Amino acid sequence: MASMRDIKRRRSSIQGTQQITKAMKLVSTVKLQRARASAERSKDYFTCMYDTVNNILQRVGHVEHKYLTAGASRKKAVIVITSNRGLAGGYNSNVTKLVTRHPRWNKEDVDVYCLGNKGREAFLRYGYRVKESDNEIVESPTYKDAAALSEKLLAAFAEGEIGEIYLAYTRFKNTVSHIPTLLKLLPVEVPGEEAAGEKEASAIMNFEPEDTEALDLLIPKYVTSLIYGALREAVASENGARMQAMDNATSNAEEMISDLTLKYNRARQGSITQELTEIIAGAEALG
Amino acid sequence: MADKNDFLLRIISPDRVFYENQVDMVEFNTTEGEIGVLPGHYPMTVIVKPGILYITESKGEKKAALHAGFAEILPEGVTILAEIIEWPEEIDEERAKSARERAEKRLQGKAPNTDVAKAETALQRAIARIQVLK
Repeated sequence: MASMRDIKRRRSSIQGTQQITKAMKLVSTVKLQRARASAERSKDYFTCMYDTVNNILQRVGHVEHKYLTAGASRKKAVIVITSNRGLAGGYNSNVTKLVTRHPRWNKEDVDVYCLGNKGREAFLRYGYRVKESDNEIVESPTYKDAAALSEKLLAAFAEGEIGEIYLAYTRFKNTVSHIPTLLKLLPVEVPGEEAAGEKEASAIMNFEPEDTEALDLLIPKYVTSLIYGALREAVASENGARMQAMDNATSNAEEMISDLTLKYNRARQGSITQELTEIIAGAEALG
Repeated sequence: MADKNDFLLRIISPDRVFYENQVDMVEFNTTEGEIGVLPGHYPMTVIVKPGILYITESKGEKKAALHAGFAEILPEGVTILAEIIEWPEEIDEERAKSARERAEKRLQGKAPNTDVAKAETALQRAIARIQVLK
């Protein structure tokens, strides 16, 4: 049996860890509330944006447009949103797995754009081509940063350098459920015929300027807003994931502490009993 | 729709719901020129250009600097998805003025590598900001 002092030392070290995980949980709870509020505030914008663009695409139908047809290049650009810091359970690895374990993608065809340091480290380790990385953007996502990124990608797409653009991020469903998601940004998929049929009855929309011109202007905005929305949700998911991981760590520590306390008390009792036996034995020997 | 003389105006920016209320009329600048929208307008989607947004409520008029985005106009209401929009009290006048000077200089300088379109947009934005403050 381990000595009393060993058990005590072990227990106090675990108590220290528990205090840290508890504090981290509290911090990420506060951050989560803030991130969720801002994700919800901006949600209106994205639903509206999504509806409008879908509406237009249904009306326009199968039109020849640079953003609607796949480029000749086999290259794919993938924007991967991860966190800068670890200790968030499976949050980061779940997102990177979407890309590294994709059944049809070859390493050579994929250009990775990393937002967040953890993703960058992982992709460099796997030997992917990390075209660009930005760690700051995840800390406090701004619309401007998202716009700059989408502009860069759209330019590369228009020039035919890349054929498809994807976005890998973690969707924030609710506080306890975060879903790693892979989303195709470009070419924009025109919604199926059935969906179009249902909506036919809704108002006929006119465009000023003309349809194709409007698409030129709208699609960059659409892509930007999707990236921005994904960033917001990813930040909320990150804090949610960390909160959960730290909660688990805290309760595990609690369990270990109670186990060690029991062991400690047993050892203490054992040593007292032993001492007593020794004293009695000594007294009997004398008597 | 003739008996109704107000409609729902919603202005949404990426960070917040900027404005949501019943209004009598809304005016703003688009790629096709300045337009004013009254209740019962025919359905239309327009792209916003930098300019001043006037909101006419039953109680008075409000204005804001609207810089980019697009608007969905329906007979029963207008939704403006604004990338950048500011109330007058949120604008830094000094910054707008120096931005105007910078943009003007860049346009006049005509250096070969000047991005004319970008400078023009910057100028339009600065002018819209300054005008809204007046």
